[in-house]
Amino acid sequence: MKPQSMGQAVLIGLALIYLASLYFMSSPVWMGFTINALIVAVVALAWNITGGFGGMASFGHAAMYGTGAYASAILQVQYGINPWIAFGAGIVAGAAMGAFIGALAFRYGLKGSYFALVTLAFAEVLRICASSFAITGGGSGLQLRLEPGLSTLQFNDRSVVYTILLVIVALVMALTAWLKYSRFGAYLIAVRENEDAARALGIDTYRIKVKAMAISGAFAGLAGVLYLQVWLFIDSAVVYGSAISIEALIGPIIGGAGTVWGPLIGTLGLHLLGEGAKHLLHNAPGLNFVLYAVVLICALRFLPQGLMGLAARIGTFRKKEDDNA
Amino acid sequence: MTSLILPAVLSGLTMGAIYALVALGLTLIYGVLHIINFAHGSLLMLALYAAYFLSFHGGLDPYLAIPILLPVFFCLGYVLQRWVIAPMSSGSEQNVLLVTLALSMIIDNLALYFWTSNTRSVDIPYAYNTVEFLGAYLPLGRVIAFLAALAAAPLLWLFMTRTRTGSAIRAVAIEKRGAEIVGIDVNHTYAVCFGIGAACVALAACLLLPTFYVTPQVGYTFVLVAFTTVVLGGMGSLPGALIAGLLLGVIESLCGLFLGESLGQIGIFTAFILILLFKPSGLLGRRAA
Repeated sequence: MKPQSMGQAVLIGLALIYLASLYFMSSPVWMGFTINALIVAVVALAWNITGGFGGMASFGHAAMYGTGAYASAILQVQYGINPWIAFGAGIVAGAAMGAFIGALAFRYGLKGSYFALVTLAFAEVLRICASSFAITGGGSGLQLRLEPGLSTLQFNDRSVVYTILLVIVALVMALTAWLKYSRFGAYLIAVRENEDAARALGIDTYRIKVKAMAISGAFAGLAGVLYLQVWLFIDSAVVYGSAISIEALIGPIIGGAGTVWGPLIGTLGLHLLGEGAKHLLHNAPGLNFVLYAVVLICALRFLPQGLMGLAARIGTFRKKEDDNA
Repeated sequence: MTSLILPAVLSGLTMGAIYALVALGLTLIYGVLHIINFAHGSLLMLALYAAYFLSFHGGLDPYLAIPILLPVFFCLGYVLQRWVIAPMSSGSEQNVLLVTLALSMIIDNLALYFWTSNTRSVDIPYAYNTVEFLGAYLPLGRVIAFLAALAAAPLLWLFMTRTRTGSAIRAVAIEKRGAEIVGIDVNHTYAVCFGIGAACVALAACLLLPTFYVTPQVGYTFVLVAFTTVVLGGMGSLPGALIAGLLLGVIESLCGLFLGESLGQIGIFTAFILILLFKPSGLLGRRAA
């Protein structure tokens, strides 16, 4: 998690300064905007586990994100379950959905484009189901009753929400760092680099990949529940739509896939860019996505390791081995 | 209920022919370039808008727009592959997928910006004249689309098997380096292939517009169906795409009949997941994933 070069230290420093400065700006607009960006950053961190470390690029992280959000919302709205329990259930549901998709896809040896397409198809099936059945509120979605308080996990004060999100993002990043340097992380990276060789060395690659999908699903489910608790409303297009799947993969790729800080930095950077463009272009709908796409293409061409990879090459600290933070 | 099944099957077949046509382009691109073109649906959306504007401002019947849009979209596809997708993806399969995804985001959102999300359709009264066939009443526009798509598939197949360009494309698909050694310009062939894919989409758009509508989001719906068609037919198989397209049209129509209109597409995506899982080589595919 520690920076390996001057460039990375500056990049991480800038992100931290921006995040800290919000406490002094007292601007609800920026606060709301950054809260959204942090929720997306959690999905990006989720994608990073499978897409970054595991080399399995999913195009449908909305499947897990939406399942987390819907599981929690259904338990709270339809069954009156305690929000804390529903919060945990959302994470578990996300993990279960991730493991389910992974188990099916990897049992039949899907990888590369096939894996990307099957995840996309799962998200799409879930989206159509969620917009059609009564338990998910159909087309009109589900709305939580407004009851601010610690017991309901709803907070009026935006800076409290913001602080909680910062802590959660930090926790997810710490978990990511721990995973990366654990035995599991080494196995996962081995699978990415050369799956046949990894299997030949006795790694149960199927189990490793399904486990990665489950962890990734848990993070994505967590992000979905966070969205629900912050905005109190979900519908199928919002949580199962393709927009969140796309944002989940763009942030890490631009920030640096397979790094701990990359997903957060990429997501924050993109959202700032998108927000800036919105102000310049008078709120034109969809133009932020055009900008994201252009940045994505440029990153694929010119920054194969993302911003963190670029920064790693600027003012490298003395060190025996060079691996990205 | 049973009296409804035959009309549903027939109406599904007419929609399926359009799916097949869109998928023919996609499967050709996959079969030769081994890439999945995410921007395929966005090109369809662009072609629908082009046909719409030609009809709205120029008073041109969408069917008469075919000779204009076919070459235009061929050139567009050629340029996209040769000067955007190939240089930007540096050859990696995952990058190609992401570059075409980014292209589709750019095209879709620019369309949203310039043309708003309003649903537009052209007013061609004769397209809705009904044709009676086996007790089912089908809109004339759909019947024309069905027949044209059925005619386009063998034409494409003839092109691939009987012309020098077609032979070059097949040579590159089978053995890229070998084709290069015997003097085939691989980058040019790739771009030609992409151009043909885009031309298929333009044809599909002109046939579709009289009985359909256009919004900036329409491409996304179609690209998913097209992926399903390509995978079901066997990646890269032209006859496979034709059969799979027709089959999926029927599946969608029957699911719509039995489960309700909004769940019609569930059948398609469920089929997609099942095929990807159990038979990724598809109906007529030669190789497994």
